[in-house]
Amino acid sequence: MSHIRLINVTKRFGSVTAVNALNLEIAKGECFSMLGPSGCGKTTTLRMLAGFEDLTDGEIHVGDRLFSSPRKKFYLPPEKRDFGMVFQAFAVWPHLSVYENVAFPLRIRKFSASEIDRRTKDALHSTNLLAAAKDSPENLSGGGKQRVALARALAINSDVMLLDEPLSSLDPHLREEMRFEIKDLQRAYGFSIIYVTHDQAEAMALSDRILVMKQGEIQQVDTPLNVYNNPANRFVFSFIGLSNFLEVAARDGNLRTCRGDCPLRDALPRKKKQDAPGEGNEPPETLLAAQNFVLASRPSEINFTAEGGLRGIVVRKSFLGEIVDYQIKAGEQTLRVQKGRRAPGPEAGEACGISFLRPFWYAGEK
Amino acid sequence: MNGIVQKSGFGAAQIILGLSIAILVVMVAVPVLLIFFNAFWVHGEFNIRDVIATIREPDTYQALVNSLIIASGTTFGSTVVGTFFAWLVTRTDLPYKPFMKSMFLVPFMLPSFIGALAWKMLLSPRAGFINRFFMTNFGFDGPLFNIYSYAGIIMVEIMYLFPFVFIQVCGALERMDPTLEESARISGAGLFTITRKITIPLVMPSILSGALLIMLYSMAHFGTVAVLGIENGIFNIPTLIYQRIHQSAGSFDSIRTGTVLATVLVVTAAFIIWLQGKILSKGRYQIIAGKSFRPMELKLRALRTPLLVLCIAYIAFTIVLPTVVIFLVGGLKTYGLPFTWENLSLDNYKFILFDYKVTKDAIRNSLALGLGAAFITMFAGVMISYVIVKMKVRGKGILEFLGMLPFSVPGSVIALGVILAWSGKFNINLYNTVWIILVAYIARYMAFSLKANSAALEQVHDSLMEAARACGATMWQTLRDIVLPLVRPGMLAAFFLIFLPSLRELTVSIMLYAPTTRTIGVAIYTLNEDGETVVSAALAGIALILIITGQTLINHFTKTKRV
Repeated sequence: MSHIRLINVTKRFGSVTAVNALNLEIAKGECFSMLGPSGCGKTTTLRMLAGFEDLTDGEIHVGDRLFSSPRKKFYLPPEKRDFGMVFQAFAVWPHLSVYENVAFPLRIRKFSASEIDRRTKDALHSTNLLAAAKDSPENLSGGGKQRVALARALAINSDVMLLDEPLSSLDPHLREEMRFEIKDLQRAYGFSIIYVTHDQAEAMALSDRILVMKQGEIQQVDTPLNVYNNPANRFVFSFIGLSNFLEVAARDGNLRTCRGDCPLRDALPRKKKQDAPGEGNEPPETLLAAQNFVLASRPSEINFTAEGGLRGIVVRKSFLGEIVDYQIKAGEQTLRVQKGRRAPGPEAGEACGISFLRPFWYAGEK
Repeated sequence: MNGIVQKSGFGAAQIILGLSIAILVVMVAVPVLLIFFNAFWVHGEFNIRDVIATIREPDTYQALVNSLIIASGTTFGSTVVGTFFAWLVTRTDLPYKPFMKSMFLVPFMLPSFIGALAWKMLLSPRAGFINRFFMTNFGFDGPLFNIYSYAGIIMVEIMYLFPFVFIQVCGALERMDPTLEESARISGAGLFTITRKITIPLVMPSILSGALLIMLYSMAHFGTVAVLGIENGIFNIPTLIYQRIHQSAGSFDSIRTGTVLATVLVVTAAFIIWLQGKILSKGRYQIIAGKSFRPMELKLRALRTPLLVLCIAYIAFTIVLPTVVIFLVGGLKTYGLPFTWENLSLDNYKFILFDYKVTKDAIRNSLALGLGAAFITMFAGVMISYVIVKMKVRGKGILEFLGMLPFSVPGSVIALGVILAWSGKFNINLYNTVWIILVAYIARYMAFSLKANSAALEQVHDSLMEAARACGATMWQTLRDIVLPLVRPGMLAAFFLIFLPSLRELTVSIMLYAPTTRTIGVAIYTLNEDGETVVSAALAGIALILIITGQTLINHFTKTKRV
């Protein structure tokens, strides 16, 4: 059964629509990420869920309780929602010790002294902070501060944890470590996570499901694997992972690249296979009729061919460690190809052929 | 290669450093040292017993106690008022907040001794308009409120000093990371609890630092106490110094009492500044926001209208009423006549602007002194700040220490110091000339210039200058083409920060004026003391117009420049 339900949730700031008629159901214990470029409405959605922003229209339910509904003139203030929340800038209070920071929500709820102590120590233990309990959070590193913020959110043992880009103020190495810690805490405590981020690796690693947003609209809601493998549209394809877009035109029944006029026939798979909208060995009829479309591909899903395929020249070959990154010029357009470091490949300046393993077809931008 | 230059021990850097040190030594350090010297050194020997004896004299002791009472009361009251209004205009849904905010900053512009004059006209026990109104119309036996009292002095000082706390707390509340409060809210705390447990503690350093600023100012404040206290024999340290020096025309005894009192002031000021530095360095939390959402606003609901009325009443009572009274009295034929159309005219204003030598001299003196002091102090301030902020030379430490001095030396101390230094002791006698006032202004306003210029210089990253040097510019060319154009806004700010306050300066000028070297402040004060109330009020009105016009021009100027 879904635990959190957003029905037609809409938020306008003046004439700008930040979130448009969003419908969403999130299950209990699920880790759900909202991903999108800045200004896409993901943070606004989270803040509406937390209660810091009221809705313009729609309803939010959590469990069997109504949280927000402008039509019913109902709005539950954030302090009554019993969520745990972690903010990007930590928001750890510098005038209180680590212990008092974590105990704050418990003191507000007027637990007994022994209960406060037990739960605070429990939360501090889970976040490896017991030794620093008496310190001022000012003396902790960024990671330490974020642990305090996590412990504070854990203390009240909430069903739902709202995380607003909690790791983006940390350095990359620490980010990865904290990612696993959050996941471990979720397993131990069993709360749901609503996670806002613009870092796709973070979202992929943590989430059961990912929501991709653009300009206040849902683009796709699916598992990380499906979002990556079977993107719903061109935006999701380009936003998640690396991507190539090759402008293509159909001439006399043959597909050729624009600006350079190279034949594509040999570079495409023979079999027709479709798991996602847009996928296939040839463009759908609608696009062919419109005469303006692109071939989308992942750099890792392109093979080199000795003969045939799409002919091009290796402009640049860079060794990146585990992988080798090629820049191939075909006609006037360039493509990226990535291969494992041990895979054979052409050298810079050499001519080569490439073939696409999993082509997708989308409408052109113009 | 030929282009190698021997690194010399004595170059441009040393010249600038030496010049900077010389300016601060001559202008500030020597006068202050002379005060200490005169206080502790009698007949060629160190003498602390006399110092203690002087402090224990009933008059001096009472003045010290009075300074403390008035400063404590003012500080406490201003802090409460300033914090409350700051919270109201930043964190609630009070209507017309931007307007309220700018109105609460108006007292910054207004000279408090002119305010004190207005309040004297309104609330002096027998003749005050408000007191008389209540006595004649409601049959009060005595005055409603006697302004010649501790409470009166404190009340007037609060009206003019609370913006120090107001502006600090407003700034802190506006810059504060809203998620600090949001995280308390999601933790389950209501807005009242958040204000009490999170917001106020976080802005406490700003509140305290504003409060100490007021303490510092009030301890050394001359005008309000001079206007309202002397009637009932309430003296504080600066007014007692003035009274002693003025009465005895500079006798040795009075100078000694003055220097002892001045020493107490300097020590207190230094202590307050030390305390402020301590609070700021230790307690200043990193609460500045990264990304900013609008901070939460408390819905005042039923209290919205009453609080709006309170704010409007406060503004009307403390800003509009005194100002109106000054202009009205300035228009009266004789003080004491009722405000009717027959009794009001512009004659007094015409008289002081075109016919009365005393006031014409005063206006001319103030304008000349203000421009002169602003120019000199602006350039000296740029140079000194440059050495302190940007240069790496040996001996900079001395300059840093000297640079702190102007901040901790109150006006009356500077006045006394320049009397000691420039009355022929070093074969230069500037006493009774306009030059001694100029010298004192430069010393007094050096702190403003150092502050504005070093803030501007800190914005200029070292790499900008290094880039110029790498492009082949010499140090002088770098200064001229890169640094000066970039700090010009800071210099301009320094200029006006000095020019405008000097137009209304009283504390320093009152100790140094001669019959022909009155400033506007001195003229207003002495005319009032001589019973020329209407002329003094008219001059105060002119001063207000000058100051407000100047301030408005600057605000306009700096605003259009920023765009």
